[in-house]
Amino acid sequence: MQLVCPAGNLPALRTAIDAGADAVYVGFRDQTNARAFPGLNFDEEELRQGIAYAHARGRKVYVALNTYPDSARLSHWQRAVDQAAGLGMDAIIAAEMAVLHYASTRHPDLPRHLSVQGSATTAAALRYAHQRFGISRAVLPRVLSIQQVERLCTVSPVPLEVFAFGSLCIMVEGRCQLSSYVTGASPNRHGVCSPASFVRWEEGEAGRSVRLNGVLIDRFAAAEPAGYPTVCKGRFDVGGEVFHALEEPTSLNTLELLPRLAQAGVAALKIEGRQRGAAYVGSVTRVWREAIDQQRRAPQGWQARPQWQDTLASHAEGRQTTLGPYHRAWH
Amino acid sequence: MKLSLGPLQYFWPRERVLSFYRDAAGWPVDIVYLGETICSKRRELRTRDWLALAEELADSGKDVVLSSLALIEAESELGVVQRLADNGRFLLEANDLSAVQVCRERGIGFVGGPTLNVYNHHALQLLMEDGLRRWVPGVEQGRELLKALRAAMDAEGQPMPELEVMAWGRLPLAYSARCFTARAADVPKDQCGFRCIEHPDGLPLDTREGEPFMVINGIQVQGMETVDMAPERDELAECGVGILRLSPQHEDMAAVVAHFHAMLRSPVPPPRLGARNGYWLGRPGKASLAGPALD
Repeated sequence: MQLVCPAGNLPALRTAIDAGADAVYVGFRDQTNARAFPGLNFDEEELRQGIAYAHARGRKVYVALNTYPDSARLSHWQRAVDQAAGLGMDAIIAAEMAVLHYASTRHPDLPRHLSVQGSATTAAALRYAHQRFGISRAVLPRVLSIQQVERLCTVSPVPLEVFAFGSLCIMVEGRCQLSSYVTGASPNRHGVCSPASFVRWEEGEAGRSVRLNGVLIDRFAAAEPAGYPTVCKGRFDVGGEVFHALEEPTSLNTLELLPRLAQAGVAALKIEGRQRGAAYVGSVTRVWREAIDQQRRAPQGWQARPQWQDTLASHAEGRQTTLGPYHRAWH
Repeated sequence: MKLSLGPLQYFWPRERVLSFYRDAAGWPVDIVYLGETICSKRRELRTRDWLALAEELADSGKDVVLSSLALIEAESELGVVQRLADNGRFLLEANDLSAVQVCRERGIGFVGGPTLNVYNHHALQLLMEDGLRRWVPGVEQGRELLKALRAAMDAEGQPMPELEVMAWGRLPLAYSARCFTARAADVPKDQCGFRCIEHPDGLPLDTREGEPFMVINGIQVQGMETVDMAPERDELAECGVGILRLSPQHEDMAAVVAHFHAMLRSPVPPPRLGARNGYWLGRPGKASLAGPALD
């Protein structure tokens, strides 16, 4: 199983490679990718350096072009595909049909991975992307149980990549408009979710309130840890009870499923977090590298070590982790 | 312009569903979308019941389309899509690429539903090659996006498919593997007790200061406001919209249909009965919120 790690900038890319990533995924510094955050991502020169660094060590670099251009902006995404090919990227990770089609006709030798944003959860959807755009891999949305992932591995026309660790989208990726409902800015169209420019913190008698474009997402008591106000991770009132009605601030961690994912034939494990710093990338990558290598060498009796889990928990949202959708009871 | 009755988003008792569509047979809507699009566990009507209902409504003069799930996880759910596609009489509304592929493999036409993520003319052309005959844009696709898309189709000499826009109802905002109704009731999804049936217009979710915000509907989250695009009818027509979709609600649906029917025959646009759709203007979907146009 390949380990695919996030890199939001050049130091994170080098750290990921040094820590044992088989591949890193990156984004251009614009809205062509789903982490279009201020101060993040790569310009062309940085990409050249990053690709050279990775290739010198036998590793790969993928570029995420996984947002959805409208007609007026489609040519910009097409130029980004050209740029990816020109730079010698090892693959593009894309979701949108016109982008995938353009890449498949203009740059047929540039491998195409279907992004998690493409929302493909069945063999039929994967067949579509394979037949229509010649994808060579697909990243599954974080909605399927481990049993469903295992089953899909046996019927998919292409190798599958799944999310192993990191922040957890509770909604089907590519199908969530909560951010744009409140701010106008969306993951699909603008590559952002609940962007920081709309966040306002307020101190008051009722505690510390956090608003997104004026909408109260949560309120925290003095000693309570306060999380980032992503719409889905706020506390709301449903039927007179205030709770995390959609999702708690927690991170996905599938480490204990490693043997099953390997057995199922999953081609690659993805670590989320291009918006995180090099310290996160290095620490999380080292844990997964060691875990994957040990599981490969000695699959019998392999167990996730407590210190691995501690390290991963220390990087998780609210220091909490979950098996998420892989575990049926979570639903 | 035509009127359509969109697929029923909520979970109602069998008798309520049947009486709703008995009434709908007499309403001035041209097109009726039938079927479960949210959750495969909702089985007050089975696939064969939906198909029987489709025959009845078609016999009473409605153009019937069978809608399919937005999120397909299990192979049994894909099997239902295949059965719907094999009905031999009615078009399928494909709400996922799985359904597109099912239609494509059979060489049959389909309606491209709002969760297909079509944002530009080239994606639309690709789907038209696959058999798309009518397109229902998603919630984010506003006026300027549709205008640019249409202009690009024109420039390439490509005809537009029929265009249908969600004109009345709550905006579907998100879908999840998790059931939020079950979560609110503190029961596991697999033993949910079909609690959605207790919320025939969804389960309201308010902010901690009591502002109505969203509505929970099983695995789906909707905006709280009921959007009304009747006042924009002239703009919609200019954008090439030929069909207005009205989303079923538990009360007063006949009056909603009558309002839109009268609106289409009136020389002046009607007053707004629901909320403005912010997305249409390139703003936050929740129209009461401020925000720069981002397009």
